[in-house]
Amino acid sequence: MNSRFEQVFHNDHIPVKILGYALAFLMFVSFLLIAWYAPVEQTMGMVQKIFYYHVPSAWVAFLAFGVVFVCSILYLTTREKRWDLLAHSSVEIGVLFSLIVLITGPIWARPVWGVWWTWEPRLTTTLILFLIYVGYLLLRYFSGTGERTAKFAAVVGIIGFIDVPLVYLSINWWAAEAQVHPQRIGMGPRMQVAFFVSLFTFTVLYVYLLVRRIQLAHAKTSVDQLREKQNE
Amino acid sequence: MKQILAILWKDLQVEARSKQSLLSMLAFGLLILVIFNFAFEPTPELKRSITPGLLWITFLFSGILGLNRSFSLEKENMAIHGLLLAPIDRGLVYFGKFGANLLILLVTEILTLPFFLLFLNMPLFRHFWWLMLIILLGTAGFVALGTLFSAMATSTKMREVMLPLLLFPISTPILLAAVACVREILANEPFESYQNWFFLLIGFDIIFIVVPSLVFEYVVEE
Repeated sequence: MNSRFEQVFHNDHIPVKILGYALAFLMFVSFLLIAWYAPVEQTMGMVQKIFYYHVPSAWVAFLAFGVVFVCSILYLTTREKRWDLLAHSSVEIGVLFSLIVLITGPIWARPVWGVWWTWEPRLTTTLILFLIYVGYLLLRYFSGTGERTAKFAAVVGIIGFIDVPLVYLSINWWAAEAQVHPQRIGMGPRMQVAFFVSLFTFTVLYVYLLVRRIQLAHAKTSVDQLREKQNE
Repeated sequence: MKQILAILWKDLQVEARSKQSLLSMLAFGLLILVIFNFAFEPTPELKRSITPGLLWITFLFSGILGLNRSFSLEKENMAIHGLLLAPIDRGLVYFGKFGANLLILLVTEILTLPFFLLFLNMPLFRHFWWLMLIILLGTAGFVALGTLFSAMATSTKMREVMLPLLLFPISTPILLAAVACVREILANEPFESYQNWFFLLIGFDIIFIVVPSLVFEYVVEE
């Protein structure tokens, strides 16, 4: 705990609190934009609005897993615990947001495609990614805390991410006929505003959750240390 | 190379004397075939369409059995310490274990193939060598990752469960590619119809033999 960087992860760090309030404000604004400013889509109607949450969630999930990949490599090369903590926290957030993608996807698909689920490349890739990182979390859960667990997790974090393009490529060929997912969406200018504000809000949400998760881990370590002291 | 062969030979000798992996994998593979037959009551047409998938389900599930044993065997009597004390690069240990696991699973697969001929009327000999090549490539990728994960899974609380939980989602590309290749081969299609899959399989094998051999040392060091 020496650098300025580490200070951010203290519970009472003022800038983090400010970030929290800013995030709440952004959330409110982007909700207003999505609900009233962005026009209702002509063919799909109201249900299309879920898009403003669905796509940013997918972005956050991929961003989170990318961060895991980088932190895992940094952990294996430097053996500094903070990289492991960052990777672990990022996986939790990534799994959460891929779950949101997997829930909002079918809600949107049902009225538009007529089915809850199709084995369509993007949906399927997200599902596989979700399963890979659930495996990561289970591995951590079943092998306790300690340096070895951190190393195992880092290995899965690296291999899992290298696998992503292969998974996407193979599922893309496999489900070539089932290509119903829009590749690009034509958006009017007002839709674009709502979308990019939402994308930005979700990115801030990711950063905020990450910092808070690490603060929580630090708090837990302090509590454990206090408890040990008390037992002595 | 000599060191790799020494480890490989050691594992093969252990297996040749006990035959535990081979027999359990073989019996398990046979059981899967029987269970599938009861579950689906396949007509000749259905048989043709499920054979490629069933082939790989059988191989991967029996593979999990063998891979789980690969490192739990080393944990017995702490034989792994001897292996790690050897003054060789850890990457070589990985290649040795990988080679042994691959050979044992390949032998099991070859012994399972006649049952596919028997129960599912699979046209095994139409393009026999192509089929063998696909089986080799698919199995290699699966075992390459499996060997790495098996080394990790044996140190966790839920050994037997942990391996498939990690291995199956990550080897999705292998399963898709291998099934697609076998399907096209059995349907008498030309190489062009599955060459994408074929090269994906090779790419996957290269990546997931090289990367695990590099990170293996982090997994086994104490």
